[in-house]
Amino acid sequence: MKIDRRSFLSLGVGFGAGIALSPLPWKLTDDSSIWTQMWPWTPVPERGESRYVNSVCTLCPGGCGISVRKVEDRAVKIEGQKGHPVSNGGICLLGLSGLQLLYGPYRVKYPMKRREDAKRGQGKWQKISWDEAMSEVAKKLGDAKDKTACIMDSDKGTVPQLFKTLLTGLGSPNFMRTPSVEDSFELALLKTCGYPASAGFDLENADFVLSFGAGLLEGWGAPVRTFKANSLWKDKKVPVIQIEPRLSNTAAKSDKWIPVNPGTESELALGIAHVLIKEGLAKAEVSDSFKKIVSEGYAPDTVARITGVEAGVIVGLAKSFAAASKPLALCGRGKGATPISLNETLAVYALNALMGNINQEGGLFAVPQPDYIKWAKTNSNASVSKLLYGKDASLKALLVANANPLYSLPDTQAVKTALDKIPFIVSFSSYMDETAQYADIILPNHCYLERYEDVPAPAGYHKPLIGLSRPVVKPQFNTKHTGDVVIAIAKAMGAELPYDSYETCLKETFGDTWEAFQKDGVLTADFTPPAPSGKIELNETSLKPVALEGESSAFPLVLVPFDSMRLSGSSIGEPPFVIKTVDDTILFKNDICIEINPKTAQSYNLSDGKYARLTTPKGSAKVRVHLYEGIMPGVIAMPRGLGHTPGFTGNDKYLAGKGVNVNELMGSAECPDGLNAAYGIRAKLERA
Amino acid sequence: MGTEEKQIKHAADHAAEGAGGGPILFFIIGLAIALGIGWIAFPKALYSQKQQPFDFSHSLHNGLVDNGCESCHFFREDGSYAGVPKLAQCIGCHEDVQGSTPEEKVFVEEYVKKGKEVPWLIYSRQPDCVFFSHAAHVKVAKMKCEECHGPIGESKNLKPYEQNRITGYSRDIWGQNIAGIKTHTYDRMKMDDCADCHKERGVKASSVQTERDACFVCHK
Repeated sequence: MKIDRRSFLSLGVGFGAGIALSPLPWKLTDDSSIWTQMWPWTPVPERGESRYVNSVCTLCPGGCGISVRKVEDRAVKIEGQKGHPVSNGGICLLGLSGLQLLYGPYRVKYPMKRREDAKRGQGKWQKISWDEAMSEVAKKLGDAKDKTACIMDSDKGTVPQLFKTLLTGLGSPNFMRTPSVEDSFELALLKTCGYPASAGFDLENADFVLSFGAGLLEGWGAPVRTFKANSLWKDKKVPVIQIEPRLSNTAAKSDKWIPVNPGTESELALGIAHVLIKEGLAKAEVSDSFKKIVSEGYAPDTVARITGVEAGVIVGLAKSFAAASKPLALCGRGKGATPISLNETLAVYALNALMGNINQEGGLFAVPQPDYIKWAKTNSNASVSKLLYGKDASLKALLVANANPLYSLPDTQAVKTALDKIPFIVSFSSYMDETAQYADIILPNHCYLERYEDVPAPAGYHKPLIGLSRPVVKPQFNTKHTGDVVIAIAKAMGAELPYDSYETCLKETFGDTWEAFQKDGVLTADFTPPAPSGKIELNETSLKPVALEGESSAFPLVLVPFDSMRLSGSSIGEPPFVIKTVDDTILFKNDICIEINPKTAQSYNLSDGKYARLTTPKGSAKVRVHLYEGIMPGVIAMPRGLGHTPGFTGNDKYLAGKGVNVNELMGSAECPDGLNAAYGIRAKLERA
Repeated sequence: MGTEEKQIKHAADHAAEGAGGGPILFFIIGLAIALGIGWIAFPKALYSQKQQPFDFSHSLHNGLVDNGCESCHFFREDGSYAGVPKLAQCIGCHEDVQGSTPEEKVFVEEYVKKGKEVPWLIYSRQPDCVFFSHAAHVKVAKMKCEECHGPIGESKNLKPYEQNRITGYSRDIWGQNIAGIKTHTYDRMKMDDCADCHKERGVKASSVQTERDACFVCHK
């Protein structure tokens, strides 16, 4: 038999027929389709028993209740906690994405020390043990003594009190809280009501809302609560009037948007107060000195010239405000991440006071500061402006906890210069944020879902309330609770502290109420606020709009930062889920967009999508132009919350290189009461 | 060679082909090889065999418990199905060695004493894209475990776990028969087998929301 081409063909045909008659192709097709569903990078939740752990979110000052769904030891979803007094089942985008902060790549996994051969910020670290780290810090603080300072995002609760105790032990009064609108509220309430208090707003019961730039839909107060209140207002047809220079989401969703010249909100409030007093619409008495200033200097015509709001509109606003039974005036720019001037706060307080709604249902409450921490014997308070921006270069050590000054304070370069003068910086951050990168030693705290912490006074809440943040999962890395670290360091330095561990400290701070606190997750207290005195004393030396940094000849435009619900603006930065939702009118690919009125753009010969160089007295950045009718001519708006520089390159494609941090361009404009009331900065624009 | 000779040779070749059927033979050889590969070699090559951490007798345990399968394979309080028991369930009886089997000794010493979960290989684990509710089938439809899982409760040993090298899943999903032919309801656990039963029983409303069958009822 001869083997030829035909034989091979026959063999092939036979083989093909045989394969077709076998299960092989069908089985392989089926298996390969299943194989394609098995990519190793597809996240698959663990199997096992699921349960919920209730805690409090501490990613912003809102103090919302969260309910974290766990499968075995893995947290798989964060939901809003039903029935929680602040957030009642709601949750925001950032809160929802919190698991990416727990399991994401930005965590600092063990104590680290800057390598001897590396400069600050070079990102060269060596791993050290907790014992080494803590004894080094104790030694350095022992040397620095009263030249030690601490900066945190809050001064309330047990952890800040532990830091204050540590500082007091060192003889240092230098405890700083990162500036925010809380500073303005607290100062104004201390001056008017006479006791230390936080501002609380009974949003749910108000029937007329006059908001002076408060970003009700941009993350103001406790964002979830504010959103819910806004929905309630819509249902109950409560009018919401938004006063701000930019057509924000809040303005767009309000019943009436009143564009006002930037930085003149306080004048407009005083103009409305003028009408209330002159027309006899006031329902309660206020100081004569206030009445005198307002009656003499804030007639609608005068105010109209300053604010750009017509006199008739001012009178109309006053009348409709007075006609409501529970009108509420609000302030705090955007999320309230920056202070506003004391006069602006007092002016808005005055509108509430004139309507007799201080400490009344639907009104403004001066909620007494919590005083449950009986062991705290400290009175340590210092201002950022003096210690970080001032000429004083005597600080020897800085402790940074739950704060990221190098990102969140205005004028990044000045902050960097200040940090350069401090020989020893300790970061307690759970994440490799900007300040942690610039530290000498990092003592990483447990992430917020791994630790106990008391969370007093949710932003803008009108009743005394303390929330309990508790461990949802066990610590994932070799981190330590900052409370424990501070106790250990304080003890090593001989400070008197009755507790050996943070958990004991927390438990004993709450004493008899601990069990109920553990069970409910919140502690509320009754309070009977004293009747308001009506005392309002404006600072007469600063009765003019805040002057912005920069010469108007060299910098003809005004740059204002704006907040967005989709940019957390927090010290940590946006987790991937959040950054993915940001509009391309804010972040286009990796370019930050600025909002500019078409008229202004025309004079610079800029069209939509073109690049420009934006320069302020503090810095310069390449930006992309977004033409927007909702911003006044002559004003440029820039989003806050972009431009993070996370420390672990390679894992940071979601956050690194996205836009510019607006704080690099911002400066300060201090009002005489020490608050940095800069609402913007002068700027110029060139085609790039 | 002359022209005539050539013609003769050609004719002879033709005669040979006609008689021996070369192409048919090769066709048959190809067919046989392919069938051999497809039906015998392929299934052998497709699955790798793995042994369970140690042997286990379902029938022995079944005789000792009160509540049949559900004694160990129970429903949690929230209605979800616990699946293969964890150490916590076994520890009630096996804190110390009870009997005389070497397997139990391994279990107690290697796992119970060390607090380590047993890495059981689960024969009936469906792919991750499949959502299956035991409660709907056992509690609501009152089906018996055996209908899908077979008489595993009577087994004295654990058979080797055959893992599909491509998908990583157990052979029991496709079934022992490589052609996919089944004689019992529990021979296979593919989607078609779910559908067969649903069709037979007239289950047309698996989804509470839409009151009908739909992809997303099982593929979440």
